[in-house]
Amino acid sequence: MTILDITTALCLTAGCFLGITGGFGIYRLPDFYTRLHASSVTDSACAFLILFGLMLQSGFTLATVKLCFIFFFLVLSSTTATHALAKTARSRGLEPLLGREDKR
Amino acid sequence: MYAAASLAILVVMGLALIRAILGPTAFDRLLSVNMFGTKTVLLISVIGFLTNRPDFLDIALVYALVNFLSTIAVLRYFEQHKSAPTDQKESQR
Repeated sequence: MTILDITTALCLTAGCFLGITGGFGIYRLPDFYTRLHASSVTDSACAFLILFGLMLQSGFTLATVKLCFIFFFLVLSSTTATHALAKTARSRGLEPLLGREDKR
Repeated sequence: MYAAASLAILVVMGLALIRAILGPTAFDRLLSVNMFGTKTVLLISVIGFLTNRPDFLDIALVYALVNFLSTIAVLRYFEQHKSAPTDQKESQR
């Protein structure tokens, strides 16, 4: 096992950990705006770590360029989609949850 | 290594799918569908490396764009049709 393999394994592990954290966040958190926050964790850091781990394995080839493009499009599209979601939800009158649900 | 990563991504996709089914408003569902699509792109890339077929990356590239378009299209519908129900309770009325 070379040092590249170890780095890839570390990147994939960290990415999967962040992904599962975000997955539990989107399942457990109480309202829409908090779930937006949970999904942003998986959309940015998790995607970057997993794609970076794969880039280390492919080396200087066309596959790396494709992975770079995938990352570029993911960053561009997930931020735009999250912004549009929050904006539309706000304009349709979805109020954020203030205070704890069980203490009201 | 790749198999474990794809299993973890599948778990995340399952959680997003549960939220998409439960989700009280349409925006929750859209958010989870968007996240499901992002994770699909990652899953396709990892499976491409798992099976030693880098051609899978092209599919992932196309899927990243299609996923974005679907979210924006549904959001435009909700922006323009102000009366379209976004809530389950709202649509039962």
